[in-house]
Amino acid sequence: MDLARIVELNAIYARVIDTEQLEEWPKLFHDPCLYKLTTADNVAKGFEGGLIYADTRGMLEDRISSLRRVNIYESQRYRHIVGLPVVLGETGGEAEVETPFLIVRIMREGQMDVFATGCYRDRIKPDASGALRFSQRIVVCDSRRFDTLVAIPF
Amino acid sequence: MDVRYEEATTIWPEDSLARVPYWVYQDEANYKREMARLFEGATWNFVCLEADIPAKGDYRTNQIGEMPVIVVRDADGAINCFENRCAHRGALIAFDDGGNVQNNFKCVYHAWSYDLCGNLRGIAFERGINGKGGMPAGFDRDRFGPRKLRTTTLCGLVFATLSPDVPPIEDYIGSEVLGRLKRVLNRPIRVMGRFVQPLPNNWKLYVENVKDTYHASLLHTFLTTFRISRLTQGGGVLVSPDGGNHSSYTIGIPEGANAGAYKAQDIRTDQDGKFALADPSVLDSVEEFGDHIQLQILSVFPGFILQQIHNCLAVRQVVPRGVGKMDLVWTYFGFEDDTPEMNRRRLKQQNLVGPAGFISMEDGCVGGFVQRGTLAASDQVSVIQMGGSTAESQETRATEASVRGFWKAYRRHMGY
Repeated sequence: MDLARIVELNAIYARVIDTEQLEEWPKLFHDPCLYKLTTADNVAKGFEGGLIYADTRGMLEDRISSLRRVNIYESQRYRHIVGLPVVLGETGGEAEVETPFLIVRIMREGQMDVFATGCYRDRIKPDASGALRFSQRIVVCDSRRFDTLVAIPF
Repeated sequence: MDVRYEEATTIWPEDSLARVPYWVYQDEANYKREMARLFEGATWNFVCLEADIPAKGDYRTNQIGEMPVIVVRDADGAINCFENRCAHRGALIAFDDGGNVQNNFKCVYHAWSYDLCGNLRGIAFERGINGKGGMPAGFDRDRFGPRKLRTTTLCGLVFATLSPDVPPIEDYIGSEVLGRLKRVLNRPIRVMGRFVQPLPNNWKLYVENVKDTYHASLLHTFLTTFRISRLTQGGGVLVSPDGGNHSSYTIGIPEGANAGAYKAQDIRTDQDGKFALADPSVLDSVEEFGDHIQLQILSVFPGFILQQIHNCLAVRQVVPRGVGKMDLVWTYFGFEDDTPEMNRRRLKQQNLVGPAGFISMEDGCVGGFVQRGTLAASDQVSVIQMGGSTAESQETRATEASVRGFWKAYRRHMGY
């Protein structure tokens, strides 16, 4: 799989979140899919649970519509800095990819913090139109601590 | 309410459980007193799950208030707890989350060692070298050691206390609330995940939030939007006689005639069914405990919480981190005998809770809103009067009875 296209997919992913085009986020996944937000600790111990767990694109869409219409939180946004992907393998047209990330959270009043760092563990393959999409994105955070609340997905 | 006091600290404004002064969330001296009188006082504090330390020598570290502790299973299978502080210079004896030790813990600083009961057993170079140095001949090891705590287990939970006087855990919790705890923890559990949520507020604001049955369906719009829990459904709150422990519950029986109540109050949480989930499998729950209780939140004074929201189960521990900060430690769990279907259901429903929870996300920020909102109001009071001014069990959740119960227990322990 062409590394440049994987880099582009990652760049689009970060951009739709950081520019608050959150409705575009689920479209970057296949359906069904697996998106999970967890920690390196939980992965190491074999604990399956996640802060966010979605196995259909519908569940990802519900995340966003709940965020937009239901949940209450102080206004905030993210800046993703996404590192370079490593392709670990490829089977049946699906690549197994790992990419490190860093997320700075910018709060309403201007406070900026390193909110999370970690690694995306992905499975990526093209959809019917040939566009690369995630069949799996496991967000493995380095720290177990999630300050105040996680509204916007990582 | 404009009640002003010249002496802002330690003086309770009036003899009512329905008024709480804001200095109680802000005052450093009060915070220090809480550590001594509550967490290190006559209370049972959650320290770990039995499932965390199944084998001999298994241990976990934790905190009771600000006191670091080690919880360990010894050779006889008994669970011991002692302060994680070397008797020599005070360093942490264990500086990881947990693990397994054979026969002793050894402090890394000067290699003083402790048995699994917390007794000081070994002092490196105690006799010195070639007759020089070493500890004085009369040094009595038995007089030194970290503080030991009493431990007790209940349905797979491990609690500890420094107090020789606190009653057995069953009596401490009280029979009504105990029944609700046993209802959920009725067989061996398995841990599914752990997360820590630092919150920008005094620890008591979170405990009050947990006990506050009034806010749940008003702040957490997800609950009402999808009719998971509305005050108009059946339910109520049980408060232990001493006030400190509670269990609130929602019964999964149709609302009938009360269904229009949210609309009548023009409450933003009723969106008239305009918003539907694209994939409602997150709400696909099954009756698991055979009693129609869909949602139960239970707390044990001062900082333990057990949660059942449909099939989403968790324990939460409140860890104070200074006067205006705390950590909320989440442990998601299921049962050892869960089928793959039940496991998947729990994984999906875990979306409801935790730092990113559809339901619980707001609890992460609302304590901080109070902490910030009251910065200039230490001599003012909050008004906690829904459902009256007392702290008994009530067959409604439109009440703040269990919040008042917290203050009843708090004031007794603190001597206020």
